[in-house]
Amino acid sequence: MNRRRLFAMFWKECLQIARDPSTFMIAFLLPILLIFLFGYAVSLDTGRVRIGLSLQDDSEAATSLAAAFRNSPYFDVHQTGSTAELGRAVTRGQIRGFVVIPQDFGEQAITGGESIQVVTDGAQPNTASFLAGYTSGLKAEWAASRAADRGLAFAPPISLLPRYWFNPELASRFFLVPGAIAIVMTMIGSLLTGLVVAREWERGTMEALLATPLGMAEFITVKVVPYFFLGLASMAICAILGVTLFGVPFRGSILALLVISSCFLVPALGQGLFISSATKNQFVASQIALLSGFLPAMMLSGFLFEIASMPKWIQALTYVVPARYLIPQLQTVFVAGDNWSMFLTNCLILLGFGALFFWLSLRVTRRRIA
Amino acid sequence: MIDSLLSPRLLAIIVKEFWAALRDPRSRLLLFLPPLMQLVLFSTAATLEIKKVTLGVLDMDGGAASREFTNQLAGSPNVKRLVWLTSNEHLANAIDNQSVLGVLVFDASFSRDVAAGRSATVQFVLDGRRSNAAQIVSSYISQIAANTGAALRPAVRSDNGVRITNWFNPNLDYQWFIMPALVVQISALSALSVTSQSVARERELGTFDQLMVSPLQNWEIVLGKLVPPFVIGLFNGTVFLAIVPLVFGVPYTGSIGLFFLATAAGLFSILGIGMLLSTIARTQQQAFLGMFSIVPPMILLSGFASPIDNMPGWLQVIAMANPLTHFNVIMEGLFLKAMPFSDMMASIWPLLLSGVVTLALAIQQFRARME
Repeated sequence: MNRRRLFAMFWKECLQIARDPSTFMIAFLLPILLIFLFGYAVSLDTGRVRIGLSLQDDSEAATSLAAAFRNSPYFDVHQTGSTAELGRAVTRGQIRGFVVIPQDFGEQAITGGESIQVVTDGAQPNTASFLAGYTSGLKAEWAASRAADRGLAFAPPISLLPRYWFNPELASRFFLVPGAIAIVMTMIGSLLTGLVVAREWERGTMEALLATPLGMAEFITVKVVPYFFLGLASMAICAILGVTLFGVPFRGSILALLVISSCFLVPALGQGLFISSATKNQFVASQIALLSGFLPAMMLSGFLFEIASMPKWIQALTYVVPARYLIPQLQTVFVAGDNWSMFLTNCLILLGFGALFFWLSLRVTRRRIA
Repeated sequence: MIDSLLSPRLLAIIVKEFWAALRDPRSRLLLFLPPLMQLVLFSTAATLEIKKVTLGVLDMDGGAASREFTNQLAGSPNVKRLVWLTSNEHLANAIDNQSVLGVLVFDASFSRDVAAGRSATVQFVLDGRRSNAAQIVSSYISQIAANTGAALRPAVRSDNGVRITNWFNPNLDYQWFIMPALVVQISALSALSVTSQSVARERELGTFDQLMVSPLQNWEIVLGKLVPPFVIGLFNGTVFLAIVPLVFGVPYTGSIGLFFLATAAGLFSILGIGMLLSTIARTQQQAFLGMFSIVPPMILLSGFASPIDNMPGWLQVIAMANPLTHFNVIMEGLFLKAMPFSDMMASIWPLLLSGVVTLALAIQQFRARME
């Protein structure tokens, strides 16, 4: 390898990256945007749910339960009225459900047999089950406090006391920030690299490059190394913003984070290189990178959806999604701390995928020249 | 204008654009196959139900009550396997390595407490790294705790006097929610990826100048470029409309005519964004990367990933300006809620407005680039 030649080519790649505003956008603006969105917008933690209330009884018991709903931090009693009016509001999506306190509520409450009706908007199943759970909870608490007022003990025979390790407040940004890092690195690895190399093929400058005395290994190195550092830089932006602005803990070591990210970038870049050498067309390369890189990283990596709950054939598919091996490591290094036995296994798998992709791209490129 | 709408010139550019989009067999495949694949793959993968969870049990009690509880656990359809742990150290290891999502801990006095009529507590230690899944599992298990309690002490009123009815989706099937949303996301993604490259590609290849010296008007060029992705989008929409109820059993309760009206309005708004992007970009790479920078925020701020009500006020304003938000409301309404035309209009006009504004900007940008 000729060091000067290598450096000249490397410098050419860096200039090309620095000159294109779109590269800058993907590598620096997108991570910032994603972290802000995951920090502010996509809290999966359900806040106050907007509900309607139909109070059909004026007994003391009924008004006291209605007041409990109005004062609850989990509900925003947005609208009151008849069940027909509230029903229309649910259809329009103005409220997510409503509570009916029926006419005989006060009478039934004397014997403890009172009941309420809750209607939820099943079109939003998450909010609906939240609503079901919290209305039941509120009603039970209300009944317990009234029983206590009358000097009766009221406690369920068995109660569950959940304790959430690593994330006692259940802040969803704790797992969204590692997810954002995975997405950004996938974008830079497979999409950006894929596009850049495909463009060289499309414009015919690839043949020119291959005609230079550069060896194949040198060629791949200069193509890929700048994007490797770009990927690490965006990872760092995500990590720093997540920790400083959004209070995501960082309980592992920086060394571990660097090792994990580097190991993931190898298959990501290899995938981009392979797609572009195999397709030689920017549109086709970008679509395939989207389908095989970005979307699986989002949907099949266990970042948003539990892999164990997926059908068997999809579970089998997730084993070839590199991001699957990254997500648990990132979640661990941020919220739990270093766990090297877990890191090493996953990193080895990632490097294996990387080797496969690079070998495939070498083969495809060689064949093209021949 | 009416005359020129029917002019052979406009027809010629539309035919040319269809050729450009459909000529290459690989690109042609990419226009129709991936949307279908995504629908099938992601609708089955995207589930928030936790069906087969592995849990640990640390039973320091070993009495009748804890046995009853674990029997109920093992019989639950949500639990795949129970792992028996023997010490706190064992417990910490199992959670650290993610071999279990959570561990139920029964104190030595658990069965005695239940027998004596005291309120007995089960500790449930969960992996907060996967806080979402942990929360869902915790709600399943608290239901099992209540059932076990009722079985062990039948005197206590087991129903809490809350009767729940879920409208539009009685079993709260997550797929019923995800399908209409996926129809929106996938249509948007595929329409954007075709439109955003249309002008940028001509510019990169140098054929843009040829187009400019032709007798075609600016708006004719833009319209010609919009027709093929619009038709392709409508075609894919029709396929979705057939597949979602027939293959996945998600009901379609609205009117068929309204579906096409909604899809047309939704596509119009998205094509506007794609065209604007394409006229701003100098190269295909810029157009693609621009698209990939706006798609994640558009999806995240559409009310699909998380309810808009939970966002801070200024983000709610941005979310309301996002065409996908309105597109989502309509599709959800048409599929599940038999949304009538009068309710739909409230979400149609933002789509049309967004399309008109972005297209006007795109044509202006086009003119600016020419001079």
